[in-house]
Amino acid sequence: MAANEEAMKYVWEGAIPLQIHLHKSEVASHPAPPPALVLAPRIGYLPLLVPLIKPYFKDSLPPGEDSIWFDYKGVPLKWYIPTGVLFDLLCAESERPWNLTIHFRGYPSNVLIPCEGEDSAKWNFVNSLKEAAYIINGNCKNVMNMSQSDQEDLWTSVMNGDLDAYTRLLPKLKMGNIEDEFSRKESLSSPVSRQGGGTEIDVAGQVKTARIPVRLYVRSVSQNFENLEDVPEIDTWDEISYMNRPVEFLKEKGKCFTLRDAMESLLPEYSGDRAQTSGEEEADGSQETRGEIKLVRIQGIELKLEIPFSWVVNNLMNPEFYLHISVLVIGPQR
Amino acid sequence: MDSAGEVVNDGKITLEGFTVAARAFADKWKRHNLSFPPWSWIPLINRTMLKKEEGYLSLEKIIILSSLEGSAEEESLDVTADWSEKEESIDHTVLVQNEEDEAHYYDYHIVYSASYMVPMLYFRGYSSDGKPLSLDVIKRDLPSSSVSLLLESKWTFITQEEHPYLNRPWFKLHPCGTEEWIKLLSESSSSDGCQIPVELYLVSWFSVVGQVVGLKIPREMLI
Repeated sequence: MAANEEAMKYVWEGAIPLQIHLHKSEVASHPAPPPALVLAPRIGYLPLLVPLIKPYFKDSLPPGEDSIWFDYKGVPLKWYIPTGVLFDLLCAESERPWNLTIHFRGYPSNVLIPCEGEDSAKWNFVNSLKEAAYIINGNCKNVMNMSQSDQEDLWTSVMNGDLDAYTRLLPKLKMGNIEDEFSRKESLSSPVSRQGGGTEIDVAGQVKTARIPVRLYVRSVSQNFENLEDVPEIDTWDEISYMNRPVEFLKEKGKCFTLRDAMESLLPEYSGDRAQTSGEEEADGSQETRGEIKLVRIQGIELKLEIPFSWVVNNLMNPEFYLHISVLVIGPQR
Repeated sequence: MDSAGEVVNDGKITLEGFTVAARAFADKWKRHNLSFPPWSWIPLINRTMLKKEEGYLSLEKIIILSSLEGSAEEESLDVTADWSEKEESIDHTVLVQNEEDEAHYYDYHIVYSASYMVPMLYFRGYSSDGKPLSLDVIKRDLPSSSVSLLLESKWTFITQEEHPYLNRPWFKLHPCGTEEWIKLLSESSSSDGCQIPVELYLVSWFSVVGQVVGLKIPREMLI
């Protein structure tokens, strides 16, 4: 099995054990129902788990219509973020099983966009796929040109965690190639044909720059820590900076664009290179110390920053072709 | 400016270009569009180190008075602005209308999309008690021509999405193929078919997009 296929299998099989508790205000039975234990695929989404969870609680619910949402320690969970990313981001120290609370009432529509179950999750997936396609290819034609039934099948393969079905459908998607000199085989997306635009070719026909879809979630803490268990709990999403921004990199001969290079392009204020610092002294003579990146997690793995970025992208991206990166930083001190 | 790539290219704009265009847009608006309050540039705080400022444009608390009779006519869209500088509660006493008219407040943000390399318009509506307005209610406040455009053609959509920075649901206007019609605008407006100068990029963009939400810009801004 090629390295790339092996990595994809690893990513698709990744799962988080969840222990789901019904919110106490919604327990209408006595005794209260025990929590539901569910294994959630990392690449999946919380709304897709509802059919598995609901049977545990349906007899305990008060009368009325369902509007389902989840929270972790009081923080409402954004249903359109893949489950594995939520876990990597919100649990500095991995909590297994991950204890979540489910609500069937009182949807916090002032903070969460509405969710109509699987349809919403699908819409979100297809939109993300289009955006990723635009970034990689310079247009979304490959997604738009896919037949409705192929799009459906692609979504179904993701929903069911069916990597074989997904792999069979990928050639129909014709997503451009993200070059990777470190895989023994080309990535499983369409072979050579690039659909245009996204990667610039210079006069000699060499690929110059590539744009990679990245979603970066940055959690900043104010104080340094020795152990992850010392990281304070998160209170609100306002503590997290979300960046939906492509990484652009120049392919230079003999030079390797690493994960560190990618992180520095996204978060220049956390760059380790002191020589680059704005280094200005404040009016009162004090100097800002730069913030520090403590942790970079992708698909649950804490990665060394020296790893070639193209390897990271090709092997650890999600099915919609986005690379989701959770970062824990110590904020700059003044 | 980076010689390897123009700031405005093919109807798209770079992040640096957006920052320049935003300032120019806000300046021209302030000078020529006196019936409205000015747009504010909201910097993204964690990105202002290293002198690389990023941010978005904000125009808030625009009052649209909707009468009970029907949707606002395009020409007579009665738009006034609450000039209040304070960010928090809405000053109810500023409104002077008869009891039957309900005032709807609108906030507009022009945010740069790094993925598509074009601006996006986010907006939301709320009543005087701060309660968000649904899309159905908002559509009644839009010029009637927009509503038919939205319903019938496929060139523009309004979807409810999370604001990229504020962790709240907002509405986003997706004009399809923004870069294509911006290219068309630049080709038709200049004699040699050149790119739109960066200072006019957002003005041109808004001259089209703003109309969908009933915000018109005076011609003087386009010079």
